[in-house]
Amino acid sequence: MIIIGERINGMFQDIAKAIRERDGSVIQEWARKQEQNGARYLDINVGPGSTEPVEAMKWLVEETQKASDLPLCLDSTNYDAIEAGLKICKRPAMINSVPAEAAKMERVFSMAAEYGSEVICLAMSEEGIPKDSESRVALAMELVATADAYGVPIEDLYIDPLVLPCNVAQDHGPEVLETLRQVKLISDPPPKTVVGLSNASQGTKDRELVNRVFAVMAMACGLDAAIADANDDELMASVATARILLNIDIYCDSYIDVFKQG
Amino acid sequence: MAVEIQKEKYRSKVGEVVLGATKEQGGSRSHTITVGGETTLPFLHFEGEMPNRPVVALEIVDMVPEWHPCFGQYYDDVFADTAAWAKKCVDEYGADLVQLRLQSADPDLKDSSPEDCAATVKKVLEAVGVPLIVIGCGKGEKDNLVYPVVAEAAAGENLLLGVAEVENYKAITSACMANQHNIIAQSPIDINICKQLNILIAEMSTAMINRIIIDPTIAALGYGIEYTYSIMERARIGALQGDKMLAMPMIGNIGFEAWRTKEANSSTEDAPNWGEQETRAILWEATTAMAYLQSGMDILVMRHPRAAALVKQNIDELMQDNSY
Repeated sequence: MIIIGERINGMFQDIAKAIRERDGSVIQEWARKQEQNGARYLDINVGPGSTEPVEAMKWLVEETQKASDLPLCLDSTNYDAIEAGLKICKRPAMINSVPAEAAKMERVFSMAAEYGSEVICLAMSEEGIPKDSESRVALAMELVATADAYGVPIEDLYIDPLVLPCNVAQDHGPEVLETLRQVKLISDPPPKTVVGLSNASQGTKDRELVNRVFAVMAMACGLDAAIADANDDELMASVATARILLNIDIYCDSYIDVFKQG
Repeated sequence: MAVEIQKEKYRSKVGEVVLGATKEQGGSRSHTITVGGETTLPFLHFEGEMPNRPVVALEIVDMVPEWHPCFGQYYDDVFADTAAWAKKCVDEYGADLVQLRLQSADPDLKDSSPEDCAATVKKVLEAVGVPLIVIGCGKGEKDNLVYPVVAEAAAGENLLLGVAEVENYKAITSACMANQHNIIAQSPIDINICKQLNILIAEMSTAMINRIIIDPTIAALGYGIEYTYSIMERARIGALQGDKMLAMPMIGNIGFEAWRTKEANSSTEDAPNWGEQETRAILWEATTAMAYLQSGMDILVMRHPRAAALVKQNIDELMQDNSY
């Protein structure tokens, strides 16, 4: 599993302030810090309250690229903002995200085909997030089939089964894990999978503990990527260790450092 | 119905290492040799690139070695003259490069001084134009005194200097860093230690990552060859899948190991059912080498000139394009 660093997000006060004041140093600092600690992509989100999402996205992409060569994960519900970002990304980016809704799939998959982007596909529709894994997998299949029709390679898709906070939707946990397993069976090659890890711990007392336990459980179910806090050292060490135990990386005494260095 | 050939797509490649330096590059070699660069498993030209052919080194020693008497007819005239021996390996036996073992430095043998060793290296460099591999006597304490002197004397020549081990890697790594040489990182048929040693060397200098040649420590045919083979294969697959700390070319002392076996050394009289000794030994050494070609070895250090010739012929055949 690889980590998509979550920190450049207008939801965080310092990022929101930096966007308002166009202070690039804050963005660059977070880009570097996340990369140094093992992030392999950087999520870029202007935040929910942005009054100028297109301009803010362009600025965030520019500032991030000044400090890091990592591919970016453009995170917005405003597809104009995403497209503005894609135009200036130096390397193929990831679009975050699209639900199984016809109009949105049309826009996003056309963009992905045009820019060679990867796409995070949400296992939800107009009717919301289903509870059981079967319905989530059915939506994943719909997303995969539609992407295929638009010429987006299946290996470029990341199915997000949608993790909910464990204190409010506890019964979703096992359904998400089962979805991760089942998604790998829907096509050959199969799509990849991703979760927004920090969602699992929203509102809980020891968020970091919940995050890292869920991360390794999901990895055992085949999870490929997580949008997460790359600067949570215990999380990164847990992920590196799980990669060893799953025989993804070859063991050596310095395996945690090696994982962080990529 | 047409058969569809399955092709593996790897996301990474083995690093390339350049051995030797020409006059323009600050050395005195007539040419350089590049090893590594594979983007697929060995000789699968239909699947990926193998831009540099594996190379064959012949080994020489800086004192008369206690080798099997059958080597006399090839080397008796040069055993006592290391530089002439090197020249014969290249000129007559077609060695791509030469590996010089500074055996005489061994305190239990001649205990040659680091300066004497450096002088020998210089003489060999003058005698041949091919890139040079230099390895110590195997006694760490003494080797650590020899490495810096030899490395400095040959500064600019871009030697391949060995060997670094996980218990003893700092002196040789420093010597290589200071004088821009490549390094042999040797691990005891253990992929975890192999990777760790590469990391330790890289921690001393990130620039050294592109100067490491892995010596996984090999076994001869009949003495655990399949164990080394599988370790090398795992390392190579790891490299192709993106493990940068295993993405280095590999070297093996084929001749040294093959000529320790009873199959190579038993006389024709003692083992009449095994065939004539020298032919048998040559085949034992060549067969060992051919197996390691298939597991990704980039530099084969051979002992018998005729075994080396067989392996070079095998490499020629294997390097024929088989893409479709």
